[in-house]
Amino acid sequence: MTAEGKAPSEVCDICGSRKAIVHLTQIENNQMSTSHLCKECAAAKGVEGPGEAATLPLSNFLAQLGDEPGSKPSAATAEACSFCGLAFADFREAGRLGCPHCYTAFEDYLRGLLRRVHGSTQHVGKVYLPPDPSASDVQKQLELLRYKLQRAVDCEDFERAAELRDRIRMMEPAGS
Amino acid sequence: MSDLSILPDYGLDWLDASGEHSDIVLSTRVRIARNLQGHAFGNRARVNDREVVLEQTRRAVERVELLKGSTLLELRDLDPGGRRILLERRLVSRELLGDVKTGPVGASAVLLASADPLSVMINEEDHFRIQGLVSGLRLKRAWHLADRLDEELGRELPFAYHHEFGFLTSCPTNVGSGLRASVLVHLPGLVLTKEIGKVLQGLAQVGLTFRGLYGEGSEVIGNFFQVSNQTTLGKGEEDLVEHLDQIVRQVIQYETHARQVLLRDAPQVTEDKIWRAYGLLRYARSLSFEELMNLLSGIRLGVGLKLLPELRVYTLNKLMILTQTAHLEQAARRGLPPSECDTHRATYVRRILVTEGASPPDERVEEDGSPPAG
Repeated sequence: MTAEGKAPSEVCDICGSRKAIVHLTQIENNQMSTSHLCKECAAAKGVEGPGEAATLPLSNFLAQLGDEPGSKPSAATAEACSFCGLAFADFREAGRLGCPHCYTAFEDYLRGLLRRVHGSTQHVGKVYLPPDPSASDVQKQLELLRYKLQRAVDCEDFERAAELRDRIRMMEPAGS
Repeated sequence: MSDLSILPDYGLDWLDASGEHSDIVLSTRVRIARNLQGHAFGNRARVNDREVVLEQTRRAVERVELLKGSTLLELRDLDPGGRRILLERRLVSRELLGDVKTGPVGASAVLLASADPLSVMINEEDHFRIQGLVSGLRLKRAWHLADRLDEELGRELPFAYHHEFGFLTSCPTNVGSGLRASVLVHLPGLVLTKEIGKVLQGLAQVGLTFRGLYGEGSEVIGNFFQVSNQTTLGKGEEDLVEHLDQIVRQVIQYETHARQVLLRDAPQVTEDKIWRAYGLLRYARSLSFEELMNLLSGIRLGVGLKLLPELRVYTLNKLMILTQTAHLEQAARRGLPPSECDTHRATYVRRILVTEGASPPDERVEEDGSPPAG
């Protein structure tokens, strides 16, 4: 954490034994000083390295979130995903799902987890329709736009709905 | 195609310092995570799954307008140096490079668009990580680029999508939009005035997070912070991008204010620090990357404060990226042990500063009417 013109010293300035990982630059009364501290001495001084938050293991974080009251797996949560075989316990351990089907297999538990992590379970971003191999490009786009229009009407976003309706009219074949 | 040498400058457009606030904001990146229906995610995928993902991508690329003339690199076909170059240019993640000893897992690849600053990592944690990377603070530009590629790819490849949860990803922290927008900001003023802690805490309170230069798990060096959205579900993509843009602009205001405080309250210390950093870079014979980053932070501050007006931000950006180990080894055309690497780094920095540097300090002394040194 220093922009000073020398390499940070290796050993902690306070204990003189452990490796310094926090480099603290302070300016007081127009005088600048830099101290090099180990993790323990930095913590004792109340200084936290800026990398701390970034190194927190995500899986622990997720597991802790999942352990909050109210987000325990219900009876409806499967023990393992029937598609990829990922055990629910392994997901809790690693914090990673195995395949798209895991979201259905562990749906009840995930809903609680997602609410805690994101504050919501409902995606409100881009809507998506997977490609239909038999449809033409124009048909595919029309299908997607009609789906988006329906979503816009459902959300009472009438400005967006009007824009989508105009785009659909322009693309639709005459007479249809 | 497995030879990186035909792409000597690929992926370096974002160094050009052309974007808004480029003295404080190095780059803006938007990344979109997507997965194919019916296949296990990266960490659970069998060899067959990974091969199918790669093969389907190959076929889709031919029909995607934005990927006309693009290059697909399978990481196993590259030597370790070539793979590190991609990492140092932030075109691939550490995870895609795989274990240091065993190398990348089969079918790990990266797709590099030819006309736009767009790339796609294939078979990382998610099947696809679409990335738009631009210079300075240009969130909308990066988002529109990545969004267009996502739309085009999604018309050719069936992405995993859930009516409630949105786009499905390996990690539940990415589900929904799959969007991670991040801005790489340089905040020495806030670090030196000890205001950085408050700002970082403030980011957490408004749903943002920060990381180091190389993303998740990487340390903060040279006072560079990568600020990004924390959540991906429950907000539209445009809203996520707009929110990050607003907050980063506030952070830039705080940083600008902190720099003014430094100049007002500690002008001699600040100027001395900047010229010492410049002097060390201009004359040092050996530089570790960490030391270089800390010194560059000092002179970048000097450029921002107009104390080193002849030095361009582009030069600083170039020094930061091209002095990483793999780039130095590529220039030397051989592997370099750490001590030799530090020597090559210092030589490269001196050479660039001779031609693109600020006025030497002794010339300034002459301008002041004092006798030149020596």
